[in-house]
Amino acid sequence: MPEPATTTANAAIIRAQGIEKYYAQPSQNRIQVIAPTDLSIVPGEILALLGPSGSGKSTMLRMLSGLSQPSAGQVFWHEKPIANAEINVSIVFQSFALFPWLTVQENVEAPLQARGIPPEERRRRSLKMLDTVGLDGFEAAYPKELSGGMRQRVGFARALVVEPEVLFMDEPFSALDVLTAENLRSELLELWANKTMPTKAVFLVTHNIEEAVLLADRIIVLGRNPGHIRTDFRVQLPQPRDRKSEPFTNLVDYIYKVLTRPEVAPTAAPDQTTGKVPRDQRQMHYQMLPHARPGGVAGLLELLIDHGGKDDIYRLADDLAFEIDDLLPIVDAAQLLGFLNIEEGDAAITATGAAFANSEILHQKELFREAALTNVLLLRQIRRALETKSDHTVPEEFFLDMLDEQFSDDESLRQVETAVNWGRYAELFDFDASRRRFILPEVEEETVAAPEAE
Amino acid sequence: MSLNHPSGTTLPPHRVLARSLVTVRSWPFLIDLAIGACGIAIFFAILRTCSYWLGGQVPVVAISHSVSALPVYAFYSITRIAIAYLLSLTFAISYGYTAAYNPRIEAWMVAVLDILQSIPVLSFLPPVILFMITLIPGHQLGIEMGVILLIFTGQVWNLAFSFYSSLKSIPKEMVEAARIYRYSAWQRFWQLEMPYATIGLVWNSIVSVAGGWFALIACEMFPLGARNFRLPGIGSYLQTATDSGDVKAILYGIAVVILIVVATDQLLWRPLIAWSDKFKFEQVESSDRVTSPILELLRRSNLTAIPGRLFTRLEEPLFRRLARTRACRVVEPLDADETTRKPALLLILLAVAAAALASWGLWQAALMLRTVTWADLRLLLAGAAATFARVNASLIISALWTIPVGVTIGFNPKLARIVQPVAQVLASVPATAFFPILLIGLVKLGGGLGIGSIALMLLGTQWYILFNVIAGAMSIPSDLKEAASVYHFTRWQRWTTLILPGIFPYLITGMVTASGGAWNASVFAEYSRLADRTLSTVGLGAQIDAATESGHFNILLLATVLISIMVVTMNRLVWRRLYRLAETRYKLEG
Repeated sequence: MPEPATTTANAAIIRAQGIEKYYAQPSQNRIQVIAPTDLSIVPGEILALLGPSGSGKSTMLRMLSGLSQPSAGQVFWHEKPIANAEINVSIVFQSFALFPWLTVQENVEAPLQARGIPPEERRRRSLKMLDTVGLDGFEAAYPKELSGGMRQRVGFARALVVEPEVLFMDEPFSALDVLTAENLRSELLELWANKTMPTKAVFLVTHNIEEAVLLADRIIVLGRNPGHIRTDFRVQLPQPRDRKSEPFTNLVDYIYKVLTRPEVAPTAAPDQTTGKVPRDQRQMHYQMLPHARPGGVAGLLELLIDHGGKDDIYRLADDLAFEIDDLLPIVDAAQLLGFLNIEEGDAAITATGAAFANSEILHQKELFREAALTNVLLLRQIRRALETKSDHTVPEEFFLDMLDEQFSDDESLRQVETAVNWGRYAELFDFDASRRRFILPEVEEETVAAPEAE
Repeated sequence: MSLNHPSGTTLPPHRVLARSLVTVRSWPFLIDLAIGACGIAIFFAILRTCSYWLGGQVPVVAISHSVSALPVYAFYSITRIAIAYLLSLTFAISYGYTAAYNPRIEAWMVAVLDILQSIPVLSFLPPVILFMITLIPGHQLGIEMGVILLIFTGQVWNLAFSFYSSLKSIPKEMVEAARIYRYSAWQRFWQLEMPYATIGLVWNSIVSVAGGWFALIACEMFPLGARNFRLPGIGSYLQTATDSGDVKAILYGIAVVILIVVATDQLLWRPLIAWSDKFKFEQVESSDRVTSPILELLRRSNLTAIPGRLFTRLEEPLFRRLARTRACRVVEPLDADETTRKPALLLILLAVAAAALASWGLWQAALMLRTVTWADLRLLLAGAAATFARVNASLIISALWTIPVGVTIGFNPKLARIVQPVAQVLASVPATAFFPILLIGLVKLGGGLGIGSIALMLLGTQWYILFNVIAGAMSIPSDLKEAASVYHFTRWQRWTTLILPGIFPYLITGMVTASGGAWNASVFAEYSRLADRTLSTVGLGAQIDAATESGHFNILLLATVLISIMVVTMNRLVWRRLYRLAETRYKLEG
């Protein structure tokens, strides 16, 4: 089907305008999964969407492909609302999503059948596509007779047989072993480079940084809580890309840094010709203190221990009948203090975390103090300032000024409030609310050991 | 070859090869001939049945004792079961589909299923028969339909539930694939939903049809008030033989019932199970599969391919038309289904009508129940307690002997391979067929029905538990067993830490099924007529029977309500909790 002449060569095939996703809760507040986002898929590029788990990558894919309705905002297909457009896209799924009771050929033919294509043409096109993906001779086999890699080849054949304009891929290689995945990736690139497939754009969702850098012309990194675009940049490395080259590894490092430091605004992507990373202008960053109380952290850790030291965050929220938004600051606080690690949506308690949760209150304060001084810059600075000043008091203003460079005025105030909360609990300092000054508690001055972890 | 494939030229060479391998077969002509002959026989049978049905009403058919009459009786009974089953299947699929895709009424429909599933069918007998007779007056069809409807109500609920839960558990990515590739509802039904639900439907069909036989044998012949109903069939044959104390005829009758059950298992269920293997949703091919020689024979016959080809020919134009519909052109968001659809006017009207009908029925029932005296109520409650005790006693006795035996069998794979299918078939043999023999035995021994009815219930319940326990014992991973012996577990430890937790989910499944069966059996087991004597004991089941016979519909209604309340409460309070416990805590994964 010939496309109507487009005004510019790069007019977006799919354009999302302010799409967001939230789930309404009965209790008025809602769970925001994806913050309002603009995004375009333009012809001629492989676009990779990277992000930690829980950043809404898959949800984004489903909204862009029309499978899921944005809670607000609009997705356009060639500038027509997607709900009424005859879109032509395919999805390659992580689990392959093949029909086990149909043969390989029947699986590939099924989408053509849905389009009312007569049997002879169906057979011709499916056999040709199976040949293209290297499955010649397997048309009569059932998916369960094939290896994982071959099954995903069937998935690709089924996706490509309808000649989609946009090919969506939802972690297509993550269920495969390393070698098979590598193999399939390079074959996909070959098909794309040789224009063997009529597809105009590829949209790849992945959590594998190397995979994104290897394949993509453009990478978008998503952040969490709620999902939002943190950075969006082009990959200019020439294909085929060498994993060992310096620009490649620099780019991977850069993305890794962006992903692991969600509190820091990402810098520009590194120059991909020389491999130099632009120098970070700000020398020091305050971590964003999550607004959680130390008691809450202790409670969470105790619960985690009851759950065997590790559990899914969402399940924890469920068990506690907490809104996930209420639980997350506590989880973040515990993570910041080094009391737990987050791996793929699971919270796992660390050794110090376990020690903290299992101690009686005085020892708990001591452990909290150590963790706070080691991990939280703001608390460390307050403490040091109080110690160095002769009268052992410092006005709140002093820290607010420093925080203002990084946070909004409101947020700076809240940061100080949380710092006071934590500092008081850890008996690091006290706060005189009438004079708005931090003070060093004199009674305990002798007992509070000098920060060891400096 | 060219005859098989008009388009054979476009086929790749190895496919032709695959076909030609299949043609290395013995006696293709004879197989075709046999299948053709079966077709003609079925056609004749339909003709014959129709002429009998459309004939005048003969409420009391004279039932002969002679063995030569048995094949005809068996045929009539099988026809009833088959029609009831087909009705159940159709209804179950539409019900499950409607429930799964209409979130607005889903919760209601599932609750209805849940309750109807646990109500003993036999207490529905009188109203159903009377209703059908008035609906189709003057024909044998009315009485027949009544019995068929009754069997239907016993078969349909678990099928519907199975289909519904299959639809609900289709993996999300499969649903998304069907949507993004713009399947029509038709294509989705045949390529995704039906295949996915097939295995559940096959296994539940086996249970359903077994339940159907149970009810059929009980209700082909029954007194209702002043009238007697008797339909030609294997059930009434057994009853007549019992009435006249003809042990030889009873034994012949039982033999035929067992023969039918075994033949159904071999000719229908096993091929179906073997065939449904291809619908297994698994990543790797499993090593042990059910094999069926019958299925192999059918696969080799040329004639069985004809319906498939015919279907394809009819389907192609349909797909071309469907491709122009909205579902095949536009990808509709999956999550928009629930939110945007407004309740149709028709649905509201239906809901109002249903509510009106229900309240009218409730009002009528209340009027009827007003006539029940306190003395009656007291009797009924005492009966309820007695039946409750009996049902649970039979369950406990079954569990006590089946657990050790089942585990022993299950731990011995060789033995299990022989015993398990046998237990499965035994579970399908309707216990009602054995009742006459047991009754005669009881009378000879001089025992009352009080204990006897427990024995009768046992007949129906124990096999379910047995084959589930065997399956459970077989499912315990061998590395766990090895660990138990490596660490020198004592016998007590082995049972409490390995075996009992291991078989727990299976045991519960078996007990739930058995408990339903026992309640159903109570209606039949507590009250019986032998020759001119009436044997009965205190119990709700006996009261239901007596009320049916004497036409006291108010007592019948109250007893049915009581029995339903008891069963539903037991399910909610005990079985469901145990089930959840089994699902969450005692599930052996991998």
